[in-house]
Amino acid sequence: MTKDLRIHSAGEAALIAYFADEASPEVAAQIQATAERLRSALGDMLVDLTPSYASLLVAFDPYETDQYFVQHTIRVAAQSVQATEATEGRLVELPAYYHPDCGQDLIPLAKAKGMDWEEIVRIHSEREYRVYAIGFAPGFAYLGDVDERIAAPRLSTPRQAVPRGAVAIADRQTAVYPAVSPGGWNLIGLSPLRMFDPAADPTMPVGVGDRVRFVPVDRQSFLDAGGEL
Amino acid sequence: MKAFKVLQPGLLSLLHDRGRVGHAALGLTTGGPADPFAASLANQLVGNGDDATTLEVSFGGLTVRAQQSLQIAVTGAELPITINGTEQPQWTTLNIDEGQELSLGFSEKGCRSYLAVRGGFALDPQFGSTSTVVREGIGGLSGQKLNAGDDLQVNPSEEIKGLTLPKASRPTYAQHLTVRVIPGYQQAHFSRLQQRRFFGSEYEVSPRADRMGYRLEGSVIDGDITGILSEGIAFGAIQIPADGQPIVLLNDRQTIGGYPKIGCALTSDCARLMQLRPGDRVTFTPISPEAAHNAVHLERIYRRSISLQARDS
Repeated sequence: MTKDLRIHSAGEAALIAYFADEASPEVAAQIQATAERLRSALGDMLVDLTPSYASLLVAFDPYETDQYFVQHTIRVAAQSVQATEATEGRLVELPAYYHPDCGQDLIPLAKAKGMDWEEIVRIHSEREYRVYAIGFAPGFAYLGDVDERIAAPRLSTPRQAVPRGAVAIADRQTAVYPAVSPGGWNLIGLSPLRMFDPAADPTMPVGVGDRVRFVPVDRQSFLDAGGEL
Repeated sequence: MKAFKVLQPGLLSLLHDRGRVGHAALGLTTGGPADPFAASLANQLVGNGDDATTLEVSFGGLTVRAQQSLQIAVTGAELPITINGTEQPQWTTLNIDEGQELSLGFSEKGCRSYLAVRGGFALDPQFGSTSTVVREGIGGLSGQKLNAGDDLQVNPSEEIKGLTLPKASRPTYAQHLTVRVIPGYQQAHFSRLQQRRFFGSEYEVSPRADRMGYRLEGSVIDGDITGILSEGIAFGAIQIPADGQPIVLLNDRQTIGGYPKIGCALTSDCARLMQLRPGDRVTFTPISPEAAHNAVHLERIYRRSISLQARDS
């Protein structure tokens, strides 16, 4: 399943491997499994791995190895990933308090789509998502794919401050804001879970390639779990 | 132990060790000194290991008061240095007594200077590094640049004999740089004409150049795509956004991004690039991955051949 693998140069100490032209749950899982294998295959030669959508950036130590060895190692690792393990992946459940009180765009979005806000919540929470990438800010995980019926473009004017924990939609992606930051995504709720906590181990509840499902919780459970309104 | 009280922080002064590697999957960038060569020499001049934390002072303008007797060294961009008003040499171990004031004037050649203290600045690492990345609020003192009133701590150490870097070994900071580039990434989406334009043009460093990326102004480069699926950004990657003005992505870059890239600048040239100031000029020259690999090893051999001398006083 890696016949499409393309590897390009990314400087004197990095290569980027492209697994497909489009992101998909299968590709995300395949990248995650390849990254795991590379960690052990490259050991100290490996400097860092950046998985994202359909690619994996592999930074290596040019004093310990070279692009030819790393390129070969990436191919071997990708080819050894079995089709079965590439579709599984860890399932993480994220609690979410969906309500117009804390999801300011829930009602406008429902109006635009001609449905009740409860229907938006149902569609958002019934689907399983994949973590396609983490970036933009530490801990910001891009989850896909959102059901087309509730997909919504970014706001024309981004908010100055989106609260930490905000559950949001942009196009066919969804995310939980890891920290207060400016943002233009449509807010539909709040999760009490911290997506990025430097003091916690692990720092993030999810990693690239994981499966994610949102579990609707009521106001009291949200507050009991440490959520703040 | 107390080292310095910050009286004037300068425009942008940041504490850095060698940087934060291995956490790109969390979205954490590397940070680290813009000019690791100058930072490393500052550490060597006070007998520190390479992983000790130094202070990167961009454009100068720093004044601090010593809170005990310390040994220090200032390297990198050329600027006037004084202790209690008396001029001091750069690239040399200096002694400062408790209560004395150290001032770094504004940089005259180059952009970033490094202040090392014997023992290294003491602070708790985050994700394995003390490097300050302001955009992330991680590292340094509460993830921020230095502010007036901050207290800088130092690790305990024993005094060393003073050292100096011979004049012939000191780097010079020019206003023009040729950056070697390994073509790669979406290179194929830039026609031969566009690639020739990129490598044949002279660019000017934009006033918006910073530690995230050096924005350049000059000939517009047109690719046949304007966006890609977001992907990992390597150190030195040269991004061509919609306006066609190249950006060399550096220490504080975002870990992923969706603009096409024409190639990557050599790491050692990125260090030289970050010593340029707005208005300075840059040209690019292509280099093969094999030649780049050789250049990386030769650079290390050259750097290891540099030796410090005892300071004659």
